[in-house]
Amino acid sequence: MNFNLDFLRFRFVALIASVSFILVSLATISIQQLQLGLDFTGGTLVEVGFTETVDPEEIRTYLEGKQIDALVQAFGSDKDLLIKIPSSENIENANIVIDSLQQQYSFQLRRSGFVGPQVGGELRDQGGLGLLAALLVMMIYIMFRFQYKFAIGAVVALFHDVLIVLGIFSILRLEFDLSVLAALMAVIGYSLNDTIVVSDRIRENFRAKRKLNSEQVINRSLNNTLGRTLITSLTTLLVLFSLLFLGGEIIRNFAIALSIGVVVGTYSSIYVLTNVLLSMNITAEDLAERTKDSFDDGMP
Amino acid sequence: MNNFSLWKYILVLGVFLFGIIYALPNLSPPDPAVQVSLQSAGDSFDSRLVQSVKNIARNEGILDKNIEVNQKSLLIRTDSYEEQIKLKDELRRELGPDYVVALNLAYSTPDWLQNLNASPLKLGLDLRGGIYFLLEVDTDSLIETRLEANAEDFKRRFREESLKFKSIESDKESVTFLFATDEDKSDSLSFLRGFLTDFEIIEESESFKIKFSREGITSIQDYAVQQNLTTLRNRVNELGVSEPVVQREGAKRISVQLPGIQDTAEAKKIIGKTANLEFRLEANNRTLRSRKEPFDFRGVSVDLEKNIIISGDKVADANVGYDESGFPQVNITLDGEGGAKMHRSTRNNVGRKMAVLFIERKSAAKEVVLPDGTLDLIIEPVITKRVISLATIQSALPNRFRITGLDSPNEASELALLLRAGALAAPMEFVEESTVGPSLGAENIRLGVQSLILGLFLVLIFMVVYYKIFGLFANIAVIFNLILITAIMSILSATLTLPGIAGIVLTVGMAVDANVLIFSRIREELKNNSRATDAIIAGYDRAFVTILDANITTLIVAVILYAIGTGPIKGFAITLSIGIVTSMFTSILGTRAMVSLIYRKNNVRRLWI
Repeated sequence: MNFNLDFLRFRFVALIASVSFILVSLATISIQQLQLGLDFTGGTLVEVGFTETVDPEEIRTYLEGKQIDALVQAFGSDKDLLIKIPSSENIENANIVIDSLQQQYSFQLRRSGFVGPQVGGELRDQGGLGLLAALLVMMIYIMFRFQYKFAIGAVVALFHDVLIVLGIFSILRLEFDLSVLAALMAVIGYSLNDTIVVSDRIRENFRAKRKLNSEQVINRSLNNTLGRTLITSLTTLLVLFSLLFLGGEIIRNFAIALSIGVVVGTYSSIYVLTNVLLSMNITAEDLAERTKDSFDDGMP
Repeated sequence: MNNFSLWKYILVLGVFLFGIIYALPNLSPPDPAVQVSLQSAGDSFDSRLVQSVKNIARNEGILDKNIEVNQKSLLIRTDSYEEQIKLKDELRRELGPDYVVALNLAYSTPDWLQNLNASPLKLGLDLRGGIYFLLEVDTDSLIETRLEANAEDFKRRFREESLKFKSIESDKESVTFLFATDEDKSDSLSFLRGFLTDFEIIEESESFKIKFSREGITSIQDYAVQQNLTTLRNRVNELGVSEPVVQREGAKRISVQLPGIQDTAEAKKIIGKTANLEFRLEANNRTLRSRKEPFDFRGVSVDLEKNIIISGDKVADANVGYDESGFPQVNITLDGEGGAKMHRSTRNNVGRKMAVLFIERKSAAKEVVLPDGTLDLIIEPVITKRVISLATIQSALPNRFRITGLDSPNEASELALLLRAGALAAPMEFVEESTVGPSLGAENIRLGVQSLILGLFLVLIFMVVYYKIFGLFANIAVIFNLILITAIMSILSATLTLPGIAGIVLTVGMAVDANVLIFSRIREELKNNSRATDAIIAGYDRAFVTILDANITTLIVAVILYAIGTGPIKGFAITLSIGIVTSMFTSILGTRAMVSLIYRKNNVRRLWI
């Protein structure tokens, strides 16, 4: 693929788009918040499979009659139900639900779970800390391998990607559980992959094409890497779609988060990184000496 | 093109063979099985038992060829985990208590592979079905008990040393010493400083306090968690589950994984007996009222001394026996420290009664309204104590003694089980629990494998269409990579979970990235009119640094994920990390070997890329 597109013509449009996406995400996260899953809130969950179609509302009313205040929703098919009791008052809740249902219905227990309040809170903190730690370590690594302007560009791009995925999860009211947190970490890894490939090319072209100005170098680099960026995103999306359609309910949100992340990550490696670099006036001098050393170090 | 040296070919071939061998056992995964063995080790099976087991199995639709008769045990292979549980329950009911019926796995890995330590992947609970518990050790209450015991000890030693004090009282986190004069205080301080370790001393005007130091608390925690871990392992063994995992998680927690079983209530009853045992003397008329505690024993009230002789963690072994007249008894063996304490306490108290007190702890949460008006949940422990045995001390007890006066053999065996399974050093509570049914497990495997196959298929097709013969090289590398991931996970005995499969699927999509980078470089070089072989060399060399940088950063993320993750998330992090490393090998060295082999002559005109 040979491209010669003027990406940077739309630089400011992209800037406005990114900033508004981030603002919308921040707004929805603070107003509508995230639908935290059982992993983080604590509580009880029971998944049961009936032999026939069953109405969630009927089961909810039935359980209410047994003094059990539960959320009941269809899960995957209309024969499977997910019953949740958000408060973690009692570890026996799952058994109470199962016993009560058994009095009236015949079904198969597919899974059940209980998360105590102390564990939920800890996971929430740990997850947040883990995300921040990942971002910080990345920044240091890129500072060491490239230059601080690239490190800032990469981290801004990562924040951008993570926030937008979170924003979309908040708007669509998708459940945010541990597997989605893992997907977010994978998004960080993936988006960074893209960012580094682009950064690498920018560094190389700054050295090789001294006659061009910064904008021209960046534009050329984006065109050089565009084919690869699109193909890798495509192959990754291919497997993610297969997870999304065949992987089942349990990893659906994981696949959704990653798919959104891959798309947003591809965009951010083109526009967010370069916008940050240009706004910090990146020049060939920024990369002159350090680049040569570290480049030679890495050769086989 | 001769820049790819012979040793690199050998390396690639060697790793490939290694991958094949260690991934091979996964082609024949272990069958779920039920094992029947005899309660006592001496006897062997008679043909009648074998026949009755065969009959029961036949009723469940199991063919005779699936029954393996060994010297001391029978192994019955089943088709599914559901069938396995049904058969186990059936056998338990039919065979009665003289036989041990346990869930097991029947491996069918050939001997020559077993000799190389090759074994199939372990499946996580989400794929196999089973129960997971996370328990938290309440070390605070152990610290409180320790301080209480220390306070009593200090009083005794102060009296022995004729040191004057007003009072020595313990609370939840410290022991407070009160004195009448400064002189008494400083005398006591210098006495204590002589031997006090693990404590820090906080001085106040008329008094001082001692508290456990940070190291002191850590060592108590370690002791308690370690002891509870051992106890839990013993209890889990009583459940008859194949390949249970009991391990420490962080400072204060223990996780228990019981693959294959479903009955949470039963499992909890045995491992979740968050119980402790205490041996105490029955109070007599010389016991101070403040040192007495009333309990109910078979409908009659008994007063026990508050002083604990020993607690259950000092019991080394306990089993059921019968005395000369055929009454059941429990034979107990204590460890060294416990034996000495028991002897000291019982030698002056022959003729008095000693009770075994069973302390069970549950937790209940209740809602409270915080000052700012929001609701919060607090967890309150609910403690029940009951006397499970009260027997007269016949003589000073050494470290081996017996408890008699039991009503029935059943009662004896329950008491022995409780004593043997050991008491806990500190109480525990369940903080997490999850159960996965076998049908869901099987479904998860099916869904995971299906999405892997579809994803792989799509990527393979795309690569061949887009990169032609080079795409084929990349495809062979992707498959090679999958074999390597399986082999390495099998060797590390890593557990495969559903998120783990998702990690592998993701690796397939991302692993071709390195080849995409290399191939687009080669195309670029060709466009700049390089010779074909030069283009290949330049393509690989120039893409290498980029691939390295990109993969190292992803690896860092995976390692952080592993560090913070629990259970299934760890599974995802493991497959992702292994996948990153192996994919770098296969997509760079693996494809390079193939490319070099095909285009080894220098006069290549065109590359079919």
